[in-house]
Amino acid sequence: MDKEILLDVKGLRASVAGKEILKGIDLTIRKGEVHAIMGPNGSGKSTLSAVLTGNPAFTVDAGSATFNGKNLLEMAPENRAHEGLFLSFQYPVEIPGVSMTNFMRAALNEKRKYLGQEPISASDFLKLMRQKRAVVDLDNKLASRSVNEGFSGGEKKRNEIFQMAMLEPSLAILDETDSGLDIDALRIVAEGVNKLKTDDNATIVITHYQRLLDYIRPDYVHILYKGRIVETGGPQLALVLEEKGYDEIKRKYDNNAAE
Amino acid sequence: MSNPDNNIDANSKILDDVTAADYKYGFTTDIDTDVIPRGLNEDVVRLISAKKNEPEWLLDFRLKAYRHWLTLKQPKWAHINIPDIDFQAISYYAAPVKKDGPKSLDEVDPQILATFNRLGIPLEEQKVLSGMAVDAVMDSVSVKTTHRERLAELGVIFCSISEAVKDYPDLVRRYLGSVVSYRDNFYAALNSAVFSDGSFVYIPKGVRCPMELSTYFRINAQGTGQFERTLIVADDDSYVSYLEGCTAPMRDENQLHAAIVEIIVEDRAEVKYSTVQNWWAGDAEGNGGVYNLVTKRGLCRGESSKLSWTQVETGSAITWKYPSCILAGDNSVGEFYSVAVTRNYQQADTGTKMIHIGRNSRSTIVSKGISAGHSENSYRGLVKIAAKADNCRNHTQCDSLLLSSTCGAHTFPVMQIDNPSAVVEHEATTSKISEDQIFYCNQRGIPDEEAVGLIVNGYAKEVMNKLPMEFAVEAQRLLQITLEGSVG
Repeated sequence: MDKEILLDVKGLRASVAGKEILKGIDLTIRKGEVHAIMGPNGSGKSTLSAVLTGNPAFTVDAGSATFNGKNLLEMAPENRAHEGLFLSFQYPVEIPGVSMTNFMRAALNEKRKYLGQEPISASDFLKLMRQKRAVVDLDNKLASRSVNEGFSGGEKKRNEIFQMAMLEPSLAILDETDSGLDIDALRIVAEGVNKLKTDDNATIVITHYQRLLDYIRPDYVHILYKGRIVETGGPQLALVLEEKGYDEIKRKYDNNAAE
Repeated sequence: MSNPDNNIDANSKILDDVTAADYKYGFTTDIDTDVIPRGLNEDVVRLISAKKNEPEWLLDFRLKAYRHWLTLKQPKWAHINIPDIDFQAISYYAAPVKKDGPKSLDEVDPQILATFNRLGIPLEEQKVLSGMAVDAVMDSVSVKTTHRERLAELGVIFCSISEAVKDYPDLVRRYLGSVVSYRDNFYAALNSAVFSDGSFVYIPKGVRCPMELSTYFRINAQGTGQFERTLIVADDDSYVSYLEGCTAPMRDENQLHAAIVEIIVEDRAEVKYSTVQNWWAGDAEGNGGVYNLVTKRGLCRGESSKLSWTQVETGSAITWKYPSCILAGDNSVGEFYSVAVTRNYQQADTGTKMIHIGRNSRSTIVSKGISAGHSENSYRGLVKIAAKADNCRNHTQCDSLLLSSTCGAHTFPVMQIDNPSAVVEHEATTSKISEDQIFYCNQRGIPDEEAVGLIVNGYAKEVMNKLPMEFAVEAQRLLQITLEGSVG
């Protein structure tokens, strides 16, 4: 029996500074699923995550996206977050002077406000921080440090997964979470993601490489090329891609485009 | 992720909206006020002195200052545009009419108490809960002073300067004008001639003042300038933390405020002076607002004495103030921590002077400017090391945060180093809140307004941390409120 649909994207077209990047994306994600989106540089992977999360730099030109049965594209970015959409950024942003504790408490309390709940008590909050830090084996000192400031590449990515653990999203998009990670950090991050996996949530893993998919097993693999999903398959598609590289995809679909 | 140019407009829109909020404390209390007719001449100076039953020496001081003021012109060197002020159109004295002289809070005009309550300054609560002594100044005369007795047991004097003139004439006479002479500058001369009231603090030798001393100033009477005079003396081995906070009601006319704060710090004594200033800054088009033209200076006369200025400035149409330290004593320490926020058409030219005269004297300057809208925000600083001042140190950190593309942030640091053993450092940064930072917050569920508040408070943290605890919370809220707007 098919699980409930979480995200339903139809004919999504989007542009930035007048240049069309996404040229009609169809994507359906159900609870409990892991989807990998692969593709060469410039194919539109990060644009897709930015458009879904409501980054104002991008313009939606056509299509629809329904999340939990609601029109995602009409929601403010913060409300998309409150509804359960989370983006692990490819390049996490530094916010000097704002401690992780204050940042996470603000984020959590905004969500609770949206859901009609009281702000979390200080002691419950600190307990939660401790609990969730363990998911990605993150240092205790993190709490007093400024958001991402002076973090190493690996710490930044672990910090993203830590925030994901805190906010418990129903759909997490991991945008090239593997980039810039050594093999140990990659394993810690991937294990963190797997620990957070349940039958009720879903994950989109955006990556160039098969490597991450050894740790986070996808149910579906999509190949995004020039703003379109050109192929969809099971985990074996990633292996084929790894073997043959993106050149074959390019040859195949560049020729099609030329015809 | 790319950040194309066309997004900058959308982002500035957010910041503009966030930073264009209304002044929340705009109201005028309707109470009987005793106002001297407008205008300034020797007779007015004599009248002020007579109304306050002042001794002859003080009248002389005022008259000398007035005569000197006549020879001066309004200074124009600052990076601010001060309209010509008609000093004859101002009334130089206003006092709430006393019915009988209140002995307890019950006897204070309920309207005045209500005003303070609306400002979030419940005297009763402050008195009982926070352990602060509150010397509340509405217009020019002290309304209520609390905790006097407890302080008196320690020999601490904390009263209005008018009372001090009556009760402690020798102390006042010895120190008044000793740090800021009436000849110092145009506004200092004016203040010395017409000052109405203010606070006097004396901490005796070896006494650590057990509570934060606090004064709330409030401009109220229509068309009345305010000329406070604060004098703080910390005798050998003493310590005091003094808090000053201000708000003003919204009104159309410009209001002149030219205060003087003088601080004397003796051997091994320490004074912390903290200010949160939120006077009306004018409307979104730049009409109205308070002109805050203030001379604040402390003399670290004693060896190993220490003076620390902390200010959070969010209000006033025009700010012209440079809380300074004269580090005369050997091993003396001067500190200046400042957050200055300007938005709409506000202009601020503020900073400090650290004058090193004593050997091994040290100073630290941390200035954080935040500019939004069409405002102009300038840091102006002087670090001077005298020829005989060996082994002095200064570290200056001067940061600017821009919230719009139409505001200005400027720094005018001057260093005069006449001794080769000095170590002087100056660091400066300029930054903008990026759309990436805002979006990162948004994605975690934090809306634009809260995101800007969070980022700005983070930026200013180094200074906020220097404020006394109860003040820091208030100041953080003030920063957020100041930059709050109609987003969404």
